[in-house]
Amino acid sequence: MTLISLLVVSLLFGVGTFLLLQRSLAKVIIGLALLSHGANLFILLSSSRIGAPPVLSEGVDPGTVSDPLPQAMVLTAIVITFGVTAFLLGLALRSYLLTGSDEVEDDLEDRRIAASGETST
Amino acid sequence: MSWLLPALVTAPLLGAALTLVVGRRLVAQRLITLGIVGGTAVGAAVLLFHVDDLGPLTAQMGGWPAPFGITLIADRFSAIVLTVSALMLVAVLVYAMAQLGRDAIDWWFHTKYLTLTAGVTLSLLTGDLFNLFVGFEVMLVSSYVLLTVRSTEREIRSTMTYVVINLLASALFLVMVAYTYGITATVNLADLSLRLAEVDPAAARTLSLLMLVVFGIKAALFPLFMWLPDSYPTAPTPVTAIFAGLLTKVGVFVIIRTQTLLFPSDEPSGLLLFVAGATMFVGVLGAIAQNDVKRILSFHIVSQIGYMIMGLGMLSVAGIAAAVLYITHHIIVKTGLFLVAGVVEAEYGEGGLDRTGGLLHRRPVVAALFLPLALSLAGIPPFSGFVAKLALVQEGLALGRGAIVAVSLAVSVLTLFSMTKIWGATFWGEEREGAGTAKPMQVATTGAVLVLSLAVAAAAGPLSELSLRAAAELKDPAVYVAAVLGGG
Repeated sequence: MTLISLLVVSLLFGVGTFLLLQRSLAKVIIGLALLSHGANLFILLSSSRIGAPPVLSEGVDPGTVSDPLPQAMVLTAIVITFGVTAFLLGLALRSYLLTGSDEVEDDLEDRRIAASGETST
Repeated sequence: MSWLLPALVTAPLLGAALTLVVGRRLVAQRLITLGIVGGTAVGAAVLLFHVDDLGPLTAQMGGWPAPFGITLIADRFSAIVLTVSALMLVAVLVYAMAQLGRDAIDWWFHTKYLTLTAGVTLSLLTGDLFNLFVGFEVMLVSSYVLLTVRSTEREIRSTMTYVVINLLASALFLVMVAYTYGITATVNLADLSLRLAEVDPAAARTLSLLMLVVFGIKAALFPLFMWLPDSYPTAPTPVTAIFAGLLTKVGVFVIIRTQTLLFPSDEPSGLLLFVAGATMFVGVLGAIAQNDVKRILSFHIVSQIGYMIMGLGMLSVAGIAAAVLYITHHIIVKTGLFLVAGVVEAEYGEGGLDRTGGLLHRRPVVAALFLPLALSLAGIPPFSGFVAKLALVQEGLALGRGAIVAVSLAVSVLTLFSMTKIWGATFWGEEREGAGTAKPMQVATTGAVLVLSLAVAAAAGPLSELSLRAAAELKDPAVYVAAVLGGG
């Protein structure tokens, strides 16, 4: 189970990184979402033991429940990533409305400096 | 006194909610924000005196004893950084109120400013790795919104870079937290400090490097700084000023905290010193190539971060003390310089250096504000930058690290060169037609920041003693651990 999860984590990281390097904003955002999923799954994997649901009630032996802390952390991380991804989508939409394309653009200032370097040499 | 720690985090958040409740009533919003940010500054100063007298102050959230609950902790180092940051938050707030005026964007500016304040205080005060992630995110999300205040095409483009880089850094942060929890089963920093001593040194080294990368992106270290000069300059000046003063410095703060607390060592770190030198040098070269005041200053942020890491890299008490002093000086001077850039922008409109000229004759007072701050950034005596750089250079020579000292001095000269470039193009030369005049309140606030920076130079003696005490505390993780785990 751990091995399968680890493979899934590496797959998510690999695909996420690939998408992140694309020029289309939509792909970049999907790539980031996949990367965050990979990170979240990785946190779950860091818990030492997978056991019963971590709810303490009568008759439950505390020694058999799984570690609740990574679950709490993942929950927080998911909420944060969700919010930021939503914001990023809004930003991408705005960029599309302003420029008419969903390409990541070059920095104008960088282009200017590169051009001035070319002309002076 | 320990109630003060959660109060410093929750008060700005409550204030943010309040500013939404009062809606578009601008006066009420301003009063709330000014009151709370001002209160944070007072609270931080009180905290500094308390912590300096009586040692680290801790608060266990919800009464859960450490390491099970979340700990807030203030020691001398965090109290110093918090106090200076809070003072800058107040100054920039007043400046922003003068500049933004009654613009449409003003009515929710205050909400985001308060959440930014909460993110900064939480990041500085937390004693828990995952809570630090939350603090960073609160700070970053506020900064995303502040950067896109006007949502012009340029702003959207550069903010996109900023958000994508930071989301990537956040994912790496989560991986780092998971790795930490996997090998030590704790995310409490004090507990980690104890347990990391017992784990496999190779695993600890991996973690150390992972932390350096994650926080290095936030602090804009070489070679992870590319996002900064691209995204900061496009925002409205008050926003850039506060980002320049605080955000990267929170990253540096966390690097110093984690490296000294979790991976104590007495040997100067070759890796850190190399990163420091490269950050300084590449940053200043970038600045020289630029032609816009805000972009020049943004590259200098990167360059200056190198000096702080140089202090840390020496890993001696005097070295870390110099880094603490440098952070104090830098937060004030950098914020001040960006505020001057805002005044220049108010006079000439946005644009490069070729649109400005002769401001010395038209507004000599602006020149008088810029010159001391610029000289201080370059490290010319008797200004605060000199005091901080002198401490760094002395310690570097004492440890026989001639190479990094030589780089740092060469970078100082180049810094001075790029400052003279701004001076020559903006203040000297033919007088150009301006687009307007800066509001008196803008000039006055910048003046207040300048006075504060001069005060750092004037009080160099007591301040360097304070930073030596802070560094001694940082070098002895047992103090921190005892404050969190013992008797908490």
